[in-house]
Amino acid sequence: MAAKAGKAARSDRASGQLELVSVEAPSARPVGRKAPVRRAVTREPEPALPLPEPPEPAPEPEARKPKRRSTAEEMATRQREISISEFFTKNRHLLGFDNPSKALLTTIKEAVDNSLDACEEAGILPEITIEVRDLGFEGSGELTKGEGRFVVAVEDNGPGIVKAQAPKIFGKLLYGSKFHRLKQSRGQQGIGISAAAMYGQLTTGQPIRVVSRTGKGKPAHSFDIQIDTRKNSPVVTRDETLEEWAPEHGTRVDLEIVANWQAGQKFVNRYVEHTALANPHCTVHYVRPKQERLSFPRATSELPKEALEIRPHPHGVELGALMTMAGDSKSRDVRGFLQSSFSRVSSQVSGEIVKNAGMKERVRPREIAADRDLAEKLHKGIQATRIMAPPTNCLSPIGDALMRQGLVSFLSVIETDGPEGEDGQLDLDQAVKRKGKGKGKAKAPEPTPDPAAEAEEGVEKIKGHEYFIATVTRPPRVYRGNPFQVEVGLAHGGSWPADKPVELFRFANRVPLLFQRSACGITEAVVKTDWRNYLLSQPKGSLPVGPMALLVHIASVWVPFTSESKEAVAHYPEIIREIQLAAQECGRKLAAHIRKRQHADYQAQRRSIFELYIEEVALAIGRIVERSPDPIRREFMKVAEKVTEADLESQDAKLEEAAEKTSKRPRRSEEDE
Amino acid sequence: MARRDPVAKRTVAKIEKLAESVLRSVKGGGNPFVEIPVRSLANVRFNEKKRVVELGGQRQKRYFFNVSMAKKFMQTFLVSDACKELVESGKTTSIRDLYYITKHSIGDTKQNTFEEQDESDPIIEDLEVALDTLREELHLFASRKGTMVGPITIRDSGDTIDLRRMGSGGWGVPSIVEENVIQFVRHEAKYVLLVEKDAVWSRFNEDKFWKRQNAIIIHGGGQPPRGVRRLVQRLHRELSLPVYVLVDNDPWGFYIYSVVKQGSINLAFESMRMAVPDARFIGLSSFDKMTYKLPSNVAIRMDDGDVARARQMLAYPWFQAKQWQAEIQEMVRSGVKYELEALSRRGISFITEEYLPTKLREKDWIA
Repeated sequence: MAAKAGKAARSDRASGQLELVSVEAPSARPVGRKAPVRRAVTREPEPALPLPEPPEPAPEPEARKPKRRSTAEEMATRQREISISEFFTKNRHLLGFDNPSKALLTTIKEAVDNSLDACEEAGILPEITIEVRDLGFEGSGELTKGEGRFVVAVEDNGPGIVKAQAPKIFGKLLYGSKFHRLKQSRGQQGIGISAAAMYGQLTTGQPIRVVSRTGKGKPAHSFDIQIDTRKNSPVVTRDETLEEWAPEHGTRVDLEIVANWQAGQKFVNRYVEHTALANPHCTVHYVRPKQERLSFPRATSELPKEALEIRPHPHGVELGALMTMAGDSKSRDVRGFLQSSFSRVSSQVSGEIVKNAGMKERVRPREIAADRDLAEKLHKGIQATRIMAPPTNCLSPIGDALMRQGLVSFLSVIETDGPEGEDGQLDLDQAVKRKGKGKGKAKAPEPTPDPAAEAEEGVEKIKGHEYFIATVTRPPRVYRGNPFQVEVGLAHGGSWPADKPVELFRFANRVPLLFQRSACGITEAVVKTDWRNYLLSQPKGSLPVGPMALLVHIASVWVPFTSESKEAVAHYPEIIREIQLAAQECGRKLAAHIRKRQHADYQAQRRSIFELYIEEVALAIGRIVERSPDPIRREFMKVAEKVTEADLESQDAKLEEAAEKTSKRPRRSEEDE
Repeated sequence: MARRDPVAKRTVAKIEKLAESVLRSVKGGGNPFVEIPVRSLANVRFNEKKRVVELGGQRQKRYFFNVSMAKKFMQTFLVSDACKELVESGKTTSIRDLYYITKHSIGDTKQNTFEEQDESDPIIEDLEVALDTLREELHLFASRKGTMVGPITIRDSGDTIDLRRMGSGGWGVPSIVEENVIQFVRHEAKYVLLVEKDAVWSRFNEDKFWKRQNAIIIHGGGQPPRGVRRLVQRLHRELSLPVYVLVDNDPWGFYIYSVVKQGSINLAFESMRMAVPDARFIGLSSFDKMTYKLPSNVAIRMDDGDVARARQMLAYPWFQAKQWQAEIQEMVRSGVKYELEALSRRGISFITEEYLPTKLREKDWIA
């Protein structure tokens, strides 16, 4: 165990994850028991991160027997259980608390994720206030430079939390409602907010403060919750019932943490903007030290389709998981177990599986849990059986129309500041020209395009800039038995810089992904798409270059992240392919638009060419026929107007036709890579 | 030249008519155009009877209100205007000069009416065919190229010139050699020899070949210009002199011969004025390397372009004669070509003292 602890302490992500759960296993908590199962189902070892092999020790020149340094008994005295919380303190980077600036963002993100999930599940249109307070600024009147103490507060209008649950939710790692379900949600693991609380406690000694109310007429409770890091259990240090709390229902958390606002605010700004973008049904207020309050009004008052919970699909299950599930099953035989524990297994399908597994008589699920060979037979039987794809109604994509509205209102409010980013993936912030700081509040909630304007379809005029917006929502697909759905939206033109790589906004279950861009499967899919087909330039192996923002959203009951901090999506070929297909579809719309735009430019240029030439021709002909050139020029101009107009129409028609053709014709790169 | 002679009057009238037709169509609200016979291989055919390359009946309309044609339309009228002025003032100038006369920037843009002379030269040719006039009638000439010497006295713009006394340089053939400029006074010539290039012509002149053989010797510096071709045709027609062509043994040389003989694709409209269908190809034949024992080390390997060109020529209707097919096929087969200078391997004056006299004596030519 000592060796294990040492290994776990190493900053190696893959092995760290496994340690995280195996240590907890003996404690017989439901979380601990289930955890390895679920992880085995959905996680694959990351191919991108091979374990650094320690160098082979050179063989001793003289084969002298080494001296024993310790005995098993001596070693036993040093072997003991490691609590999850202790583990976290050593490995906080795994959860996104690498440094004070990133910790600031992660803390906000975890609290907002929880709020949005709760609101959606309860069917409430979310209104969220994110507040960052600089304690140094409040004390001295000077903004803290670099690291300092900050309070992060997130308040929602959600359903609230019942009094008995609050301590565990905020004071215990790996406690939550979402881990055991296959359902599209932002949070997945039950680590986030308690990890943030632990981070605050470790860095400032202050407990997390929670205020919650579950409904009108019910009292609001306020707690201070600390975490016993050895036992991973909550300790409530203050428990009051508040007489007065303005919201009818909702939850507010206050976390005092060590953070770096100076360096971290650009991440937070971006996170807030993007959250508003991917959640057009949500109103976000953003309160920052020494700055005006910023609001992103909701672009729609329609809640997203409710995400349904589903049972796992048999094709996604792995051997170990199958055995565990069989062990948990209350069914009397295998067929019953298959039908009750998995989706898409009818009585007929279960019969087929059993036949394909070569099982003769009735087998109890318990036997499968105990007998590895039997389990393997069943597993093979499952793989050999054709089973309908999992139900996809469990997904809740943003949707074409809302994605468009989200982009429009995002572009209307967008406001980015902060110093030049040294962080490569955020260096484009400055590219967005600041147009009237914080004007968002004054804007109408739904800046839908002016229908009177005879603009091209997909073109939106926002703050004097014209953007072309295209969105694509792909039909749901399945990877490893998990349904997922990809959406891509793009905004082209406006004030985006034309000579820089496009801005890539990545989202998973409506949560913006801000870090590890290059390690992300989404990035890979966008880079692998040949954007030159769509009239953008693209250096080999890079993002395309052009005045464009590209939004990619993956909705899934289980988004395969590459780490617990949920910063990058794993490279599943099924997912990458879907993203490419969606990107290509958007790209074709874009190409048609760019072509049209180029055509219009060309027409204007053409007219002016004719005008120039008419001047020359009139002079020459005038001299030849020995008459004044002026009437000749006038005659030509008269015809010019008529001719170009008619010509323009016919050429436009032709262009339209050509665009139709190209958008129907599959491109080479779409056939397959 | 007298101002407003009948030819000049006719030319000016043609230009005016062209401009008027454009004005009419603009007034009627139409898209004005200039109609120009197509000058490409597709619109050229070989007239078996006359044995010349002729322009076909295809014509193209050059519209003003068409982005790809507007500039050329404009240029056509700039050139027309300039030519009218030249004709009316009775002056003649070079096509390069005309390029400068008509070149200026358009409006306040950086665009020019003509960017290169390459743009204005084809416009001039277009105008010639569109108006059915000769270049000379537009008072234009191409750059001078070509030299002549021989037992003949001519009158050039009123000056009498004895081509027997031209020293080593010879008489430069002007671009315009029409009867009103050049007249033949008297001669003792028996035939005309057109050689491909200057260097070989110099050898013939220095060796006084023309004196020994009573031959007019002329070269055109590669592909002979219009002046040289027109003059050769006049010598052939008016003085009934046979014409012999001596060129390199390569596809380019063969093509020079064919242009002299039946006209070029580009200037097919002038074939009747320039072609000499009876011109005889006297050398360098693909078989001369055997007859005259040329060592293989004076041969030049043909490159891909040469071979492709040779194969192309095999298909031309005017190279269908058996002898020509044999010549070209032998060239392709051997994969080598010879310059006329290769004959100097047999002695510096071998070409004038042995090669050509032998060929003429043995009538070893292709008609």
